Amino acid sequence: MKRSKFSFILVLMLALSVFLVACTSGNETPPTEEPGTEEPVAEEPQNLSGPLTLSGSTSVEKVGLALIEEFMALNPDVVGTYEAIGSSGGIKNAADGVTQIGTASREIKDEEKAWGIEELTIAYDGIGVIVNPANPVEDLTIDQITKIYTGEITNWKELGGNDEEIVVVSREDGSGTRGAFEEILGFEGKLTQKALIAEGNGNVQTTVAGNPKAIGYVSFSSLDNTVKPLKVEGVEPTAEDVINGTYKISRPFIFVYKEENLTEPAKAFLDFVMSEEGQNIVEENGAIRVK
Amino acid sequence: MEKDMKLDKKNELKEKLAHYLFLFNATVAIISVAAIAFFVFYRGLQPFIPGNAEGNYNLIDFLSGLEWRPSLGKFGILYMIVGSLLATFGAIILGVPVGILTAIFIAELAPKWAKKIIKPAVEMLAGIPSVLYGLFGLGVIVPWIMQISPQAQGQSLLAVIIVLMIMILPTVITITESAINSVPDAYREGSFGLGATKLYTIFKVVLPAAKSGILAGVVLGIGRAIGETMAVMLVAGNPIAGLPKSIFSPIRPLTTNIAMEMSYAFGLHQEMLFATGVVLFVFIILINLILSRITRGSVLK
Repeated sequence: MKRSKFSFILVLMLALSVFLVACTSGNETPPTEEPGTEEPVAEEPQNLSGPLTLSGSTSVEKVGLALIEEFMALNPDVVGTYEAIGSSGGIKNAADGVTQIGTASREIKDEEKAWGIEELTIAYDGIGVIVNPANPVEDLTIDQITKIYTGEITNWKELGGNDEEIVVVSREDGSGTRGAFEEILGFEGKLTQKALIAEGNGNVQTTVAGNPKAIGYVSFSSLDNTVKPLKVEGVEPTAEDVINGTYKISRPFIFVYKEENLTEPAKAFLDFVMSEEGQNIVEENGAIRVK
Repeated sequence: MEKDMKLDKKNELKEKLAHYLFLFNATVAIISVAAIAFFVFYRGLQPFIPGNAEGNYNLIDFLSGLEWRPSLGKFGILYMIVGSLLATFGAIILGVPVGILTAIFIAELAPKWAKKIIKPAVEMLAGIPSVLYGLFGLGVIVPWIMQISPQAQGQSLLAVIIVLMIMILPTVITITESAINSVPDAYREGSFGLGATKLYTIFKVVLPAAKSGILAGVVLGIGRAIGETMAVMLVAGNPIAGLPKSIFSPIRPLTTNIAMEMSYAFGLHQEMLFATGVVLFVFIILINLILSRITRGSVLK
């Protein structure tokens, strides 16, 4: 009897350990680096090491983390962190030297510039407003789009289109694209109750492509020709018009820092971000490259 | 003598090993259920316990709220509960008669060649991944509803009901069919012997005898319908507020609420999604309790 109890415990422990091993191995996804990408390290005379600290915009988090990850893979002794606390907090942190680099997903205000910080625009984020190709409407103003999304304009007739109800399509709460769209247009939390919610850029496009009365928005990187992107204030949604500032539903991703707070890894990181490789990562993560 | 004893010992060891092998496999299921239940309840009940690190939320407001705006701190799910229940109810009303009649046809009436076509078709239906049902719904059902709907969009309660109705068919059909098959032939022979027609026998003798098995199929269908996520997410419309006013209104089922937002959510928002999961879990537990009540004393057992 004693022996059977013992072996039962043994079996249970075995089961548990299998369970635990399965759990932990799921958590750490080892970065699979091709040997080729390690090459650039050889150019650096000294091995970079030490902390690399960023804080700021939640919208920049995805791009920022991707850049940090790649940079850490190239420089294994650097320990990078990104704290998503919002643009204002990030700029303040950079000015106070709490983190080496602060990130913002909006223009830097004049009073913030007075803190003596440097700015580096690393990318742009652009959002295209889309309708069904069958919709005759071509061009909307910022004000009209805001009124559509808050439910004040409900018929295409009011916008020079057909006499049809507008089907508003938005994204799920927490989506970066939705956050940016509401923030740029200034109607945070006021989305009309009638809006359909589609999960992801792809579903927004499918919904708009399937309904001639629908309007939606997607990030530039996922626009395709099943839908018609609208001009905003007469400007086509193109990367050039975002960069030269004429397309309004867009925002810059900015890194701010004080020169004296930058360590060697931080300087190398800024160079890396603006390099061809860094800008490729920016593009892969849905933003518009600046170079 | 000694050899026999050795053999006995060997067999005994084998038996024991097999015993623990089975026991180990059984514990996998039990541990999984316990772990999932603990995890969901632990995370989901936090917001309602005073002093929670991520902030508190009133349970009554949560269960009776008609608006879901996490960025404004509004987490009401009553309109989702209503949407989920209406969708499930509608799917059962439409799907169960079709399923039962199909099962009767396969079990009692169909000629061999017809059986050969229908049975694999039903099995195939059960094997189709749910996202494909969703794509079918988005590509075919939603545009069709858009044409007949007084509203401007096709994403609606009706679209969810139709998709779910198709999805529960295999469950209802297979379980009803096996319940009918397990009714002893003596029942039918007795009925025919008394001069009853085939239809009379089916509806007055076979179906009543298979009743608890059929009900089990219905309850399992309810479970499938209320838990379905991927397919309904694509056709429901998922609005952020408002009770459905007609079958053409969009709804936001509990399951899609969790699936849509979990990837971005953090803090209280994330815990409220787990709380939505707790509500769903309670529904599933209720369904299983009902099921075990029904199947007690069933022919299926």
